[in-house]
Amino acid sequence: MSVTVRIPGPLRRFTNNADKVQVEPGDLGAVIGELDSQFPGIRERILDEDGAMRYFVNVYLNGEDVRFLEGLETAVSAGDEVSIVPAVAGGA
Amino acid sequence: MAHVLSLRCRECSREYPVEPLNVCEFCFGPLEVVYDYETINRVVSRERIEAGPRSMWRYADFLPADYNPRTDINAGFTPLIRSRNLAEELGLNELYIKNDSVNPSYSFKDRVVAVASAKALEFGFKTIACASTGNLAGAVAAHAARAGMEAYVFIPADLEAGKVLGAAIYDAAIVAVDGSYDDVNRLCSELADRYPWAFVNINVRPFYADGSKTLGYEAAEQLGWRAPAHAVAPAASGAMFTKIWKGLNEFADVGLIDGPVETRMHLAQAAGCAPIAEAYADGRLIIKPVKPNSVAKSLAIGNPADGYYALKTIEASQGSAVIVAEHEVAEGAKLLARTEGIFTEAAGGVAVSALKRLAESGAIGRDESTVVYITGNGLKTVELVQDVVRPIHISASVDAFEAAVDARVS
Repeated sequence: MSVTVRIPGPLRRFTNNADKVQVEPGDLGAVIGELDSQFPGIRERILDEDGAMRYFVNVYLNGEDVRFLEGLETAVSAGDEVSIVPAVAGGA
Repeated sequence: MAHVLSLRCRECSREYPVEPLNVCEFCFGPLEVVYDYETINRVVSRERIEAGPRSMWRYADFLPADYNPRTDINAGFTPLIRSRNLAEELGLNELYIKNDSVNPSYSFKDRVVAVASAKALEFGFKTIACASTGNLAGAVAAHAARAGMEAYVFIPADLEAGKVLGAAIYDAAIVAVDGSYDDVNRLCSELADRYPWAFVNINVRPFYADGSKTLGYEAAEQLGWRAPAHAVAPAASGAMFTKIWKGLNEFADVGLIDGPVETRMHLAQAAGCAPIAEAYADGRLIIKPVKPNSVAKSLAIGNPADGYYALKTIEASQGSAVIVAEHEVAEGAKLLARTEGIFTEAAGGVAVSALKRLAESGAIGRDESTVVYITGNGLKTVELVQDVVRPIHISASVDAFEAAVDARVS
Protein backbone atom coordinates (compact mmCIF):
# COMPACT_ATOMS: atom_id res chain seq x y z
CA MET A 1 0.00 0.00 0.00
CA SER A 2 1.25 3.45 -0.78
CA VAL A 3 0.81 6.94 0.62
CA THR A 4 -1.75 9.32 -0.83
CA VAL A 5 -0.68 12.94 -1.23
CA ARG A 6 -3.35 15.57 -1.76
CA ILE A 7 -2.21 18.33 -4.10
CA PRO A 8 -3.63 21.86 -3.75
CA GLY A 9 -4.88 23.81 -6.76
CA PRO A 10 -1.78 26.01 -7.14
CA LEU A 11 0.48 22.93 -7.48
CA ARG A 12 -1.63 20.87 -9.85
CA ARG A 13 0.09 22.16 -12.93
CA PHE A 14 3.02 20.00 -11.76
CA THR A 15 0.83 16.91 -11.44
CA ASN A 16 -1.05 17.12 -14.75
CA ASN A 17 -4.00 18.41 -12.75
CA ALA A 18 -4.19 15.37 -10.50
CA ASP A 19 -5.52 16.31 -7.06
CA LYS A 20 -4.20 13.09 -5.48
CA VAL A 21 -0.99 11.21 -6.21
CA GLN A 22 0.60 8.07 -4.74
CA VAL A 23 4.11 7.77 -3.31
CA GLU A 24 6.02 5.23 -1.23
CA PRO A 25 6.17 5.42 2.59
CA GLY A 26 9.16 7.01 4.31
CA ASP A 27 9.65 10.11 6.39
CA LEU A 28 7.99 13.29 5.18
CA GLY A 29 11.23 14.63 3.71
CA ALA A 30 11.57 11.44 1.64
CA VAL A 31 7.92 11.65 0.58
CA ILE A 32 8.49 15.18 -0.72
CA GLY A 33 11.69 13.98 -2.41
CA GLU A 34 9.84 11.22 -4.20
CA LEU A 35 7.08 13.62 -5.14
CA ASP A 36 9.72 15.80 -6.78
CA SER A 37 11.20 12.90 -8.74
CA GLN A 38 7.72 12.13 -10.11
CA PHE A 39 6.87 15.80 -10.65
CA PRO A 40 10.09 17.79 -11.02
CA GLY A 41 9.96 21.28 -9.55
CA ILE A 42 7.30 20.65 -6.93
CA ARG A 43 9.81 20.33 -4.08
CA GLU A 44 10.98 23.94 -4.26
CA ARG A 45 7.39 25.09 -3.96
CA ILE A 46 7.04 23.29 -0.64
CA LEU A 47 10.55 23.71 0.78
CA ASP A 48 12.78 26.79 0.71
CA GLU A 49 16.43 27.01 -0.35
CA ASP A 50 17.53 25.69 3.04
CA GLY A 51 15.24 22.69 2.78
CA ALA A 52 12.85 23.97 5.46
CA MET A 53 9.10 24.04 4.95
CA ARG A 54 7.98 27.27 3.34
CA TYR A 55 6.29 29.70 5.67
CA PHE A 56 3.02 29.87 3.74
CA VAL A 57 2.56 26.11 3.27
CA ASN A 58 0.92 23.78 5.75
CA VAL A 59 1.45 20.03 5.51
CA TYR A 60 -0.86 17.63 7.32
CA LEU A 61 -0.50 13.92 8.03
CA ASN A 62 -3.94 12.35 8.37
CA GLY A 63 -5.31 15.79 9.24
CA GLU A 64 -2.64 16.68 11.84
CA ASP A 65 -0.33 19.63 11.17
CA VAL A 66 3.17 18.11 10.89
CA ARG A 67 4.54 20.97 12.96
CA PHE A 68 2.80 19.29 15.91
CA LEU A 69 4.50 16.02 14.88
CA GLU A 70 8.13 15.66 13.81
CA GLY A 71 8.11 18.09 10.91
CA LEU A 72 9.98 16.73 7.90
CA GLU A 73 11.13 13.76 9.99
CA THR A 74 7.56 12.64 10.64
CA ALA A 75 7.17 8.98 9.68
CA VAL A 76 4.64 8.45 6.88
CA SER A 77 3.30 4.90 6.66
CA ALA A 78 1.46 2.92 4.03
CA GLY A 79 -2.19 3.99 3.91
CA ASP A 80 -1.49 7.44 5.36
CA GLU A 81 -2.71 10.60 3.70
CA VAL A 82 -0.54 13.69 3.37
CA SER A 83 -2.25 16.99 2.54
CA ILE A 84 -0.42 20.03 1.25
CA VAL A 85 -2.52 23.13 1.89
CA PRO A 86 -1.77 26.82 1.34
CA ALA A 87 -1.54 28.51 4.74
CA VAL A 88 -3.19 31.79 3.91
CA ALA A 89 -6.83 31.17 4.57
CA GLY A 90 -9.38 31.81 7.23
CA GLY A 91 -10.06 34.38 9.86
CA ALA A 92 -10.36 38.04 9.14
CA MET B 1 -16.36 51.55 -10.11
CA ALA B 2 -13.95 50.08 -7.60
CA HIS B 3 -10.49 51.55 -8.08
CA VAL B 4 -8.73 48.21 -8.35
CA LEU B 5 -5.81 47.44 -10.65
CA SER B 6 -4.82 43.85 -9.87
CA LEU B 7 -3.90 41.37 -7.17
CA ARG B 8 -0.31 41.17 -6.02
CA CYS B 9 1.63 38.71 -3.89
CA ARG B 10 2.63 40.36 -0.68
CA GLU B 11 5.84 38.33 -0.55
CA CYS B 12 7.23 38.06 -4.10
CA SER B 13 5.19 40.86 -5.77
CA ARG B 14 4.00 38.70 -8.69
CA GLU B 15 0.86 40.22 -10.19
CA TYR B 16 -2.41 38.43 -10.83
CA PRO B 17 -5.66 39.48 -12.50
CA VAL B 18 -8.69 40.41 -10.39
CA GLU B 19 -10.06 36.90 -9.91
CA PRO B 20 -11.12 34.66 -7.04
CA LEU B 21 -7.57 33.80 -5.95
CA ASN B 22 -5.95 34.11 -2.56
CA VAL B 23 -2.45 32.69 -2.76
CA CYS B 24 0.50 33.18 -5.05
CA GLU B 25 1.06 30.03 -7.04
CA PHE B 26 4.82 30.51 -6.86
CA CYS B 27 5.50 31.13 -3.18
CA PHE B 28 2.05 30.60 -1.62
CA GLY B 29 2.23 34.13 -0.22
CA PRO B 30 -1.03 36.01 0.32
CA LEU B 31 -2.45 38.05 -2.54
CA GLU B 32 -3.46 41.61 -1.85
CA VAL B 33 -5.62 44.02 -3.77
CA VAL B 34 -3.69 46.70 -5.63
CA TYR B 35 -5.60 49.98 -5.74
CA ASP B 36 -5.40 52.86 -8.14
CA TYR B 37 -4.41 55.39 -5.50
CA GLU B 38 -3.89 58.09 -8.10
CA THR B 39 -7.59 58.03 -8.91
CA ILE B 40 -8.63 57.56 -5.29
CA ASN B 41 -6.51 60.54 -4.31
CA ARG B 42 -8.19 62.64 -6.99
CA VAL B 43 -11.79 61.77 -6.15
CA VAL B 44 -11.91 61.46 -2.36
CA SER B 45 -12.56 64.24 0.09
CA ARG B 46 -13.96 64.56 3.59
CA GLU B 47 -17.08 66.16 2.12
CA ARG B 48 -17.65 63.31 -0.32
CA ILE B 49 -17.39 60.76 2.48
CA GLU B 50 -19.60 62.76 4.84
CA ALA B 51 -22.27 63.00 2.15
CA GLY B 52 -22.19 59.23 1.65
CA PRO B 53 -24.45 56.55 3.13
CA ARG B 54 -24.44 55.94 6.88
CA SER B 55 -22.77 52.58 6.39
CA MET B 56 -19.28 51.36 5.50
CA TRP B 57 -20.11 52.07 1.85
CA ARG B 58 -19.39 55.75 2.50
CA TYR B 59 -15.78 54.54 1.96
CA ALA B 60 -16.59 52.78 -1.31
CA ASP B 61 -13.70 54.56 -3.06
CA PHE B 62 -11.32 52.51 -0.90
CA LEU B 63 -13.09 49.16 -1.24
CA PRO B 64 -12.39 46.42 -3.78
CA ALA B 65 -16.03 45.74 -4.71
CA ASP B 66 -18.72 47.99 -6.11
CA TYR B 67 -21.67 48.79 -3.90
CA ASN B 68 -24.50 46.39 -4.67
CA PRO B 69 -27.89 46.95 -3.03
CA ARG B 70 -28.65 43.25 -3.52
CA THR B 71 -26.17 42.26 -0.82
CA ASP B 72 -26.32 45.35 1.39
CA ILE B 73 -27.68 44.92 4.93
CA ASN B 74 -26.17 48.19 6.14
CA ALA B 75 -22.94 47.05 7.71
CA GLY B 76 -20.68 49.50 9.46
CA PHE B 77 -20.72 53.13 10.53
CA THR B 78 -21.29 51.89 14.05
CA PRO B 79 -21.06 54.23 17.04
CA LEU B 80 -17.79 55.51 18.44
CA ILE B 81 -18.68 56.25 22.04
CA ARG B 82 -16.70 58.49 24.36
CA SER B 83 -16.26 56.50 27.53
CA ARG B 84 -16.81 58.16 30.91
CA ASN B 85 -17.12 55.42 33.50
CA LEU B 86 -14.69 52.89 32.10
CA ALA B 87 -12.23 55.68 31.33
CA GLU B 88 -12.46 56.90 34.89
CA GLU B 89 -12.05 53.41 36.30
CA LEU B 90 -8.93 52.90 34.18
CA GLY B 91 -7.54 56.37 34.79
CA LEU B 92 -7.79 57.50 31.17
CA ASN B 93 -9.02 60.88 29.98
CA GLU B 94 -9.77 60.17 26.35
CA LEU B 95 -11.09 56.68 25.76
CA TYR B 96 -13.46 55.74 22.94
CA ILE B 97 -15.33 52.51 22.40
CA LYS B 98 -15.86 51.44 18.80
CA ASN B 99 -19.04 49.47 19.30
CA ASP B 100 -19.12 47.09 16.36
CA SER B 101 -21.39 44.68 18.20
CA VAL B 102 -24.38 46.56 16.76
CA ASN B 103 -23.79 45.54 13.16
CA PRO B 104 -26.68 43.81 11.34
CA SER B 105 -25.51 40.32 12.37
CA TYR B 106 -23.94 41.65 15.56
CA SER B 107 -20.24 41.55 14.79
CA PHE B 108 -17.59 43.30 12.71
CA LYS B 109 -17.73 40.37 10.29
CA ASP B 110 -20.53 42.13 8.43
CA ARG B 111 -17.89 44.51 7.11
CA VAL B 112 -15.79 41.84 5.47
CA VAL B 113 -18.76 39.87 4.22
CA ALA B 114 -20.36 43.02 2.79
CA VAL B 115 -17.36 43.25 0.47
CA ALA B 116 -17.00 39.49 -0.08
CA SER B 117 -20.66 38.96 -0.96
CA ALA B 118 -20.73 41.89 -3.37
CA LYS B 119 -17.54 40.62 -4.99
CA ALA B 120 -18.88 37.05 -5.12
CA LEU B 121 -21.92 38.26 -7.05
CA GLU B 122 -19.65 40.25 -9.35
CA PHE B 123 -17.66 37.07 -10.02
CA GLY B 124 -20.86 35.18 -10.76
CA PHE B 125 -20.90 32.84 -7.74
CA LYS B 126 -24.26 31.48 -6.60
CA THR B 127 -23.06 30.04 -3.29
CA ILE B 128 -21.01 31.63 -0.54
CA ALA B 129 -19.28 29.66 2.17
CA CYS B 130 -16.85 30.12 5.03
CA ALA B 131 -14.86 28.54 7.81
CA SER B 132 -15.96 30.31 10.95
CA THR B 133 -15.41 30.61 14.67
CA GLY B 134 -19.01 31.83 14.84
CA ASN B 135 -19.35 35.48 14.01
CA LEU B 136 -18.48 35.00 10.37
CA ALA B 137 -21.08 32.24 10.08
CA GLY B 138 -23.84 34.69 10.98
CA ALA B 139 -22.53 37.40 8.68
CA VAL B 140 -22.23 35.06 5.70
CA ALA B 141 -25.66 33.57 6.29
CA ALA B 142 -27.31 36.98 6.66
CA HIS B 143 -25.72 38.44 3.54
CA ALA B 144 -26.54 35.30 1.57
CA ALA B 145 -30.17 35.60 2.61
CA ARG B 146 -30.28 39.20 1.44
CA ALA B 147 -28.52 38.36 -1.83
CA GLY B 148 -30.59 35.28 -2.56
CA MET B 149 -27.47 33.12 -2.55
CA GLU B 150 -26.95 29.73 -1.00
CA ALA B 151 -24.77 29.65 2.09
CA TYR B 152 -22.64 26.89 3.58
CA VAL B 153 -20.99 27.70 6.87
CA PHE B 154 -18.44 25.37 8.44
CA ILE B 155 -17.92 25.64 12.19
CA PRO B 156 -16.17 23.70 14.96
CA ALA B 157 -18.76 21.34 16.47
CA ASP B 158 -18.28 22.75 19.99
CA LEU B 159 -19.33 26.32 19.11
CA GLU B 160 -21.57 28.35 21.43
CA ALA B 161 -25.28 27.74 20.82
CA GLY B 162 -26.00 31.43 20.20
CA LYS B 163 -23.55 31.58 17.34
CA VAL B 164 -24.94 28.47 15.69
CA LEU B 165 -28.47 29.79 16.01
CA GLY B 166 -27.33 33.20 14.75
CA ALA B 167 -26.37 31.57 11.45
CA ALA B 168 -29.07 28.91 11.22
CA ILE B 169 -31.88 31.46 11.49
CA TYR B 170 -30.97 32.78 8.03
CA ASP B 171 -31.51 29.30 6.59
CA ALA B 172 -27.85 28.60 5.89
CA ALA B 173 -26.51 25.06 5.72
CA ILE B 174 -24.51 24.63 8.93
CA VAL B 175 -21.73 22.08 8.80
CA ALA B 176 -20.45 21.28 12.31
CA VAL B 177 -17.00 19.73 11.98
CA ASP B 178 -15.33 17.61 14.66
CA GLY B 179 -12.17 19.45 15.63
CA SER B 180 -10.86 22.97 16.12
CA TYR B 181 -11.24 25.98 13.85
CA ASP B 182 -7.89 25.09 12.32
CA ASP B 183 -9.29 21.70 11.29
CA VAL B 184 -12.35 23.41 9.82
CA ASN B 185 -10.16 25.86 7.96
CA ARG B 186 -7.96 23.10 6.54
CA LEU B 187 -11.03 21.22 5.35
CA CYS B 188 -12.46 24.34 3.72
CA SER B 189 -9.15 25.11 2.00
CA GLU B 190 -9.37 21.66 0.41
CA LEU B 191 -13.06 22.03 -0.43
CA ALA B 192 -12.44 25.42 -2.04
CA ASP B 193 -10.48 23.58 -4.73
CA ARG B 194 -13.39 21.25 -5.44
CA TYR B 195 -16.53 23.36 -5.25
CA PRO B 196 -17.35 26.38 -7.39
CA TRP B 197 -18.21 28.44 -4.33
CA ALA B 198 -17.04 31.76 -2.99
CA PHE B 199 -15.35 30.78 0.27
CA VAL B 200 -15.21 34.29 1.66
CA ASN B 201 -12.05 33.79 3.70
CA ILE B 202 -10.30 31.55 1.22
CA ASN B 203 -10.64 32.23 -2.50
CA VAL B 204 -12.24 35.67 -2.02
CA ARG B 205 -10.00 36.53 0.92
CA PRO B 206 -8.01 39.41 -0.60
CA PHE B 207 -11.23 41.35 -1.21
CA TYR B 208 -12.97 40.18 1.94
CA ALA B 209 -10.15 41.13 4.29
CA ASP B 210 -10.09 44.73 3.05
CA GLY B 211 -13.60 45.22 4.43
CA SER B 212 -11.94 45.57 7.83
CA LYS B 213 -10.07 48.66 6.67
CA THR B 214 -13.33 50.50 7.33
CA LEU B 215 -12.75 50.00 11.08
CA GLY B 216 -9.75 52.29 10.70
CA TYR B 217 -11.50 54.81 8.46
CA GLU B 218 -14.51 55.11 10.74
CA ALA B 219 -12.53 55.62 13.90
CA ALA B 220 -10.55 58.38 12.17
CA GLU B 221 -13.62 60.11 10.77
CA GLN B 222 -15.58 59.82 14.03
CA LEU B 223 -12.64 61.24 16.00
CA GLY B 224 -12.93 64.36 13.85
CA TRP B 225 -10.55 63.26 11.08
CA ARG B 226 -7.57 62.18 13.11
CA ALA B 227 -5.93 58.94 14.14
CA PRO B 228 -5.93 57.96 17.83
CA ALA B 229 -2.72 57.67 19.83
CA HIS B 230 -3.57 54.04 20.64
CA ALA B 231 -5.83 51.35 19.24
CA VAL B 232 -6.58 48.12 21.11
CA ALA B 233 -8.09 45.24 19.16
CA PRO B 234 -8.56 41.52 19.65
CA ALA B 235 -6.92 39.13 17.21
CA ALA B 236 -7.64 35.65 15.92
CA SER B 237 -6.08 35.39 12.45
CA GLY B 238 -4.68 38.90 12.88
CA ALA B 239 -6.20 40.13 9.61
CA MET B 240 -8.57 42.69 11.13
CA PHE B 241 -5.76 44.10 13.25
CA THR B 242 -3.54 44.66 10.21
CA LYS B 243 -6.40 46.20 8.23
CA ILE B 244 -7.23 48.79 10.90
CA TRP B 245 -3.64 49.97 10.57
CA LYS B 246 -3.85 49.87 6.79
CA GLY B 247 -7.05 51.93 6.84
CA LEU B 248 -5.52 54.63 9.01
CA ASN B 249 -2.46 54.79 6.79
CA GLU B 250 -4.46 54.98 3.58
CA PHE B 251 -6.36 57.93 5.01
CA ALA B 252 -3.08 59.67 5.77
CA ASP B 253 -1.64 58.79 2.36
CA VAL B 254 -4.49 60.52 0.53
CA GLY B 255 -4.49 63.46 2.92
CA LEU B 256 -7.82 62.84 4.68
CA ILE B 257 -5.98 62.90 8.01
CA ASP B 258 -2.56 64.22 8.97
CA GLY B 259 0.33 61.82 8.57
CA PRO B 260 2.41 60.03 9.43
CA VAL B 261 0.05 57.87 11.46
CA GLU B 262 1.47 57.48 14.95
CA THR B 263 -1.20 55.20 16.37
CA ARG B 264 0.28 52.46 18.51
CA MET B 265 -1.49 49.22 17.66
CA HIS B 266 -2.08 46.89 20.60
CA LEU B 267 -3.14 43.32 19.88
CA ALA B 268 -5.13 41.33 22.44
CA GLN B 269 -5.38 37.55 22.83
CA ALA B 270 -6.47 35.22 25.61
CA ALA B 271 -3.95 32.88 27.22
CA GLY B 272 -5.66 29.74 25.92
CA CYS B 273 -4.94 30.72 22.33
CA ALA B 274 -2.30 33.41 21.94
CA PRO B 275 0.08 32.35 19.16
CA ILE B 276 0.58 35.93 17.93
CA ALA B 277 1.03 37.51 21.34
CA GLU B 278 3.39 34.71 22.40
CA ALA B 279 5.56 35.32 19.36
CA TYR B 280 5.62 39.02 20.26
CA ALA B 281 6.60 38.22 23.84
CA ASP B 282 9.43 36.00 22.57
CA GLY B 283 10.58 38.58 20.03
CA ARG B 284 9.85 36.20 17.14
CA LEU B 285 8.27 37.03 13.78
CA ILE B 286 7.57 33.35 13.20
CA ILE B 287 4.32 32.01 14.61
CA LYS B 288 4.32 28.67 16.41
CA PRO B 289 0.87 27.17 15.92
CA VAL B 290 -0.96 26.19 19.10
CA LYS B 291 -3.90 23.96 19.96
CA PRO B 292 -6.57 26.38 21.16
CA ASN B 293 -8.12 25.89 24.57
CA SER B 294 -9.83 29.17 25.35
CA VAL B 295 -13.23 30.48 26.40
CA ALA B 296 -12.73 33.17 23.73
CA LYS B 297 -13.84 30.87 20.94
CA SER B 298 -14.18 33.63 18.38
CA LEU B 299 -10.42 34.16 18.76
CA ALA B 300 -9.51 30.48 18.87
CA ILE B 301 -7.34 30.23 15.78
CA GLY B 302 -4.20 28.29 16.62
CA ASN B 303 -2.55 28.80 13.25
CA PRO B 304 -3.28 32.44 12.37
CA ALA B 305 -2.93 33.22 8.67
CA ASP B 306 -2.03 36.86 9.24
CA GLY B 307 -0.02 36.37 12.41
CA TYR B 308 3.21 37.37 10.73
CA TYR B 309 1.69 40.56 9.33
CA ALA B 310 0.07 41.38 12.66
CA LEU B 311 3.52 41.19 14.24
CA LYS B 312 4.89 43.46 11.51
CA THR B 313 2.06 45.90 12.23
CA ILE B 314 2.94 45.95 15.93
CA GLU B 315 6.55 46.59 14.98
CA ALA B 316 5.74 49.35 12.48
CA SER B 317 3.38 51.11 14.87
CA GLN B 318 5.52 50.63 17.99
CA GLY B 319 2.58 48.90 19.58
CA SER B 320 2.44 45.74 21.65
CA ALA B 321 0.62 42.49 22.20
CA VAL B 322 -1.14 41.60 25.42
CA ILE B 323 -2.05 38.16 26.73
CA VAL B 324 -4.96 38.22 29.17
CA ALA B 325 -5.66 35.33 31.52
CA GLU B 326 -8.65 33.15 30.73
CA HIS B 327 -10.60 34.42 33.75
CA GLU B 328 -10.09 37.99 32.52
CA VAL B 329 -12.16 37.27 29.39
CA ALA B 330 -15.46 37.20 31.25
CA GLU B 331 -14.24 39.90 33.65
CA GLY B 332 -13.57 42.25 30.74
CA ALA B 333 -17.01 41.64 29.29
CA LYS B 334 -18.62 42.30 32.68
CA LEU B 335 -16.52 45.42 33.25
CA LEU B 336 -17.63 46.92 29.94
CA ALA B 337 -21.27 46.05 30.59
CA ARG B 338 -21.18 47.42 34.14
CA THR B 339 -19.46 50.68 33.24
CA GLU B 340 -20.72 51.52 29.75
CA GLY B 341 -23.91 49.56 29.15
CA ILE B 342 -22.36 47.61 26.27
CA PHE B 343 -22.67 43.84 26.27
CA THR B 344 -19.89 42.22 24.32
CA GLU B 345 -18.90 38.66 23.55
CA ALA B 346 -15.67 37.00 24.60
CA ALA B 347 -13.46 38.83 22.09
CA GLY B 348 -14.59 42.17 23.49
CA GLY B 349 -13.83 40.91 26.98
CA VAL B 350 -10.30 40.14 25.81
CA ALA B 351 -9.94 43.65 24.34
CA VAL B 352 -11.22 45.38 27.48
CA SER B 353 -9.00 43.35 29.79
CA ALA B 354 -6.02 44.08 27.56
CA LEU B 355 -6.89 47.77 27.64
CA LYS B 356 -7.02 47.61 31.42
CA ARG B 357 -3.55 46.08 31.57
CA LEU B 358 -2.16 48.69 29.16
CA ALA B 359 -3.64 51.51 31.23
CA GLU B 360 -2.36 50.02 34.50
CA SER B 361 1.14 49.49 33.17
CA GLY B 362 1.32 53.02 31.83
CA ALA B 363 1.76 51.81 28.23
CA ILE B 364 -1.26 54.01 27.54
CA GLY B 365 -0.78 57.41 29.15
CA ARG B 366 -3.62 59.21 30.94
CA ASP B 367 -4.09 61.87 28.28
CA GLU B 368 -3.49 59.77 25.18
CA SER B 369 -6.49 59.20 22.93
CA THR B 370 -7.38 55.52 22.73
CA VAL B 371 -9.88 53.49 20.73
CA VAL B 372 -10.82 50.02 21.92
CA TYR B 373 -12.52 47.80 19.35
CA ILE B 374 -15.55 45.85 20.53
CA THR B 375 -16.13 43.47 17.68
CA GLY B 376 -19.03 41.24 18.68
CA ASN B 377 -22.24 41.07 20.69
CA GLY B 378 -22.57 39.47 24.11
CA LEU B 379 -25.85 37.73 23.36
CA LYS B 380 -23.85 35.36 21.15
CA THR B 381 -21.86 33.95 24.05
CA VAL B 382 -24.18 33.99 27.05
CA GLU B 383 -22.41 30.87 28.42
CA LEU B 384 -19.41 33.06 29.21
CA VAL B 385 -21.18 35.21 31.77
CA GLN B 386 -24.04 32.99 32.90
CA ASP B 387 -23.03 33.50 36.53
CA VAL B 388 -24.35 37.08 36.51
CA VAL B 389 -27.88 35.68 36.54
CA ARG B 390 -28.82 35.74 40.21
CA PRO B 391 -32.42 36.88 40.34
CA ILE B 392 -34.10 37.80 43.60
CA HIS B 393 -36.79 35.13 43.51
CA ILE B 394 -39.91 35.96 45.49
CA SER B 395 -43.59 35.24 45.67
CA ALA B 396 -45.87 37.91 44.23
CA SER B 397 -46.38 39.94 47.39
CA VAL B 398 -45.17 43.28 48.69
CA ASP B 399 -44.07 41.66 51.95
CA ALA B 400 -41.93 39.14 50.11
CA PHE B 401 -40.28 41.89 48.09
CA GLU B 402 -39.59 44.04 51.12
CA ALA B 403 -38.14 41.10 53.01
CA ALA B 404 -35.90 40.29 50.07
CA VAL B 405 -34.73 43.90 49.72
CA ASP B 406 -34.02 44.14 53.44
CA ALA B 407 -31.97 40.97 53.22
CA ARG B 408 -30.08 42.35 50.23
CA VAL B 409 -29.14 45.71 51.77
CA SER B 410 -28.39 44.43 55.24
